[in-house]
Amino acid sequence: MTLDFDRIQLADVSRHFGRRRAVSKISLTARAGEIIGLLGPNGAGKSTIIGMLATLVAPTVGTITYGDRTAREAGPDVRGRIGLLAHELHLYPELTARQNLEFFAQLHGVRGTDVVTAALESAGLAERGADEVAGFSRGMRQRLALERALLHQPRLVLLDEPFTGLDDRAVRLVSDRLRALAAGGAMVMLATHDLDLADGLISRVVIIRDGRLITDEAGGSGLRARYRTLVGH
Amino acid sequence: MPFRVALLILKKDFLIEVKSLEILSTTLFFAVSCLLVFSFAFVKEGSPVQDAAAGILWIAIAFSGTLALGRVFERERYGETLRALLLAPAPRPAIYLGKLFGMVLLMFTTEVVLVPMVALLFQAPLFSRPLLLFVLLAAGTVGFASVGTLFAAMLVRARTRDIMLPILLYPVTIPVMIAGVQGTSALLQASPDEAMATMWIAIVSTFDVVAITLCLWMFEPLMTE
Repeated sequence: MTLDFDRIQLADVSRHFGRRRAVSKISLTARAGEIIGLLGPNGAGKSTIIGMLATLVAPTVGTITYGDRTAREAGPDVRGRIGLLAHELHLYPELTARQNLEFFAQLHGVRGTDVVTAALESAGLAERGADEVAGFSRGMRQRLALERALLHQPRLVLLDEPFTGLDDRAVRLVSDRLRALAAGGAMVMLATHDLDLADGLISRVVIIRDGRLITDEAGGSGLRARYRTLVGH
Repeated sequence: MPFRVALLILKKDFLIEVKSLEILSTTLFFAVSCLLVFSFAFVKEGSPVQDAAAGILWIAIAFSGTLALGRVFERERYGETLRALLLAPAPRPAIYLGKLFGMVLLMFTTEVVLVPMVALLFQAPLFSRPLLLFVLLAAGTVGFASVGTLFAAMLVRARTRDIMLPILLYPVTIPVMIAGVQGTSALLQASPDEAMATMWIAIVSTFDVVAITLCLWMFEPLMTE
């Protein structure tokens, strides 16, 4: 796979669903090594932005460029550099953890059982690889889904509420994993409502309300206070 | 690459189906029930109503195929795995092809049971021209499944998908049904009309080519919101 990029740019991107404006004129640039927190109240447009970045939702207006090419110009290869962990976990409950990972690895052209074994170990599920996902707890599924999203070493990692159902230890492991990904040159963008977990993890904070960009600033401590000031609740 | 992804999706669906047998068992049960009900209505004192067999065979294929179509994409709805498939670095129509292959395979398996049952219950000489019947069934199945797979994928997130699927599917696949019934009728005559059957096969094959081309072209725009 030759396609790669170290920057993503949203330029005046809007997305309308019928008469409803889910996202309105958002401009944003993400660079390699950044962990961007996409924050905002329910219905702010965070999932729509993630869907557009994942090439699953087409912008109504505006352009998204991966490096210097749009998704249409780059073709299917661009999706090979995107990893998505959505609120729904994209796992087949009838298949075992290993079968799920093997399927998605092959789908992305990743060869070798070592990758799948390593992913199971990272998810803390090395002993449960032969068990069907249907029998897993939400936390176990969440960890497995994260590894599923990272199997092909994506350049752009999109995470929608990645800490749902995780215990404290798993939250620490996932946070460390995201830091390592960013340090390795990935762009990590996570949408979350958990400001305490995002605080200290994200390097940039982007706050959205009613589909509009409220602020795009450096991360740092006191995230909750800043969020309250800007969003109001 | 597209065929590799299509075969991968087929393999995954096959693996899930082997574990659960959910779709195959319900589709077969429904198809066989359908035939039995028709046999009660159309077979009087051991003699079937003349020329009923062809229509009944294709109705059973269409009804059981519709049931299977709804279930095939239900699996991708749970867990939103269809979105994960759409993220594969391959042309998105490959997903459509993979699902189509699975659907055709499932319908063929059903037909392997249906055809001998129709021959038996309705005393129909379905095997007098086995090759022509096979080609007609194959062409008809591909035509029905190609349109049905697109509509089922399109409706996967619609709340009214169970109602909308037959409403959309049956009018569009009327040419397949007409060709299937007429072609089968031609083969069921005392002296099978091979020329007529070949003509209907040609018509339904043309439909297949047009339908698959259009579906491959329309799949990505329909699936990206």
